[in-house]
Amino acid sequence: MKVRIKSHWPPGHIRTPAYLRGKIGQIERRIGLFNNPEDTAYRQTGPQRELVRVRFRMADIWGARAERGEDVIEAEIYAHWLEPV
Amino acid sequence: MVLTSAAGLMTTDSLRRVLEDMGAEAYETMTYYERWIASIAQNMVEAGAVTSDELGAKMAEVRARGATYGAAS
Repeated sequence: MKVRIKSHWPPGHIRTPAYLRGKIGQIERRIGLFNNPEDTAYRQTGPQRELVRVRFRMADIWGARAERGEDVIEAEIYAHWLEPV
Repeated sequence: MVLTSAAGLMTTDSLRRVLEDMGAEAYETMTYYERWIASIAQNMVEAGAVTSDELGAKMAEVRARGATYGAAS
C-alpha cells in the first residue's frame, strides 16, 4: 500500500525524518503500538500510536541525484504521519 | 539516566527533546556528556525531583571544590 509522509513541520520532538516528509513509499509491515515520543518527550500521556515500516525508493527521495535509484531505504514512522496516496 | 528513567522521572524522548532544543551552538561548545547532564538536570527540575535553587546551590558547592579531581581531594 502506497503512502505519503505528511509534509508537516510543527515544533516539538518529532521522530519523523525531515528528509522523508512529503515523500511517497510503500508499507512494508505494521509493527505494533508504541508510546508516542511527541507526547513522552513532554511527560504527556497520550494514546499509543501504531508504528509502520515504510520502504522508499532512493529515486523517490532524491530524484535524479540518487546514485542508484532502485536501492531502497526503510524507516519506521508513526501511522499518524502517513496519508493515503 | 538509568536511575532517573527507572524512577519514572524522564524518558529517552525527554532527554532528546532538551538536547534538540539547545540549538546548534551547544554542539560546538559542549561535550557529549556535558549536553547529557544539562538535559538530565533540566528534566529533573521539570519533574520536580529538584528545584533550580537546590541545583544551583549544589553546582556552586561542587565548583568550589576546584577544577580537577586532584584539586578536589
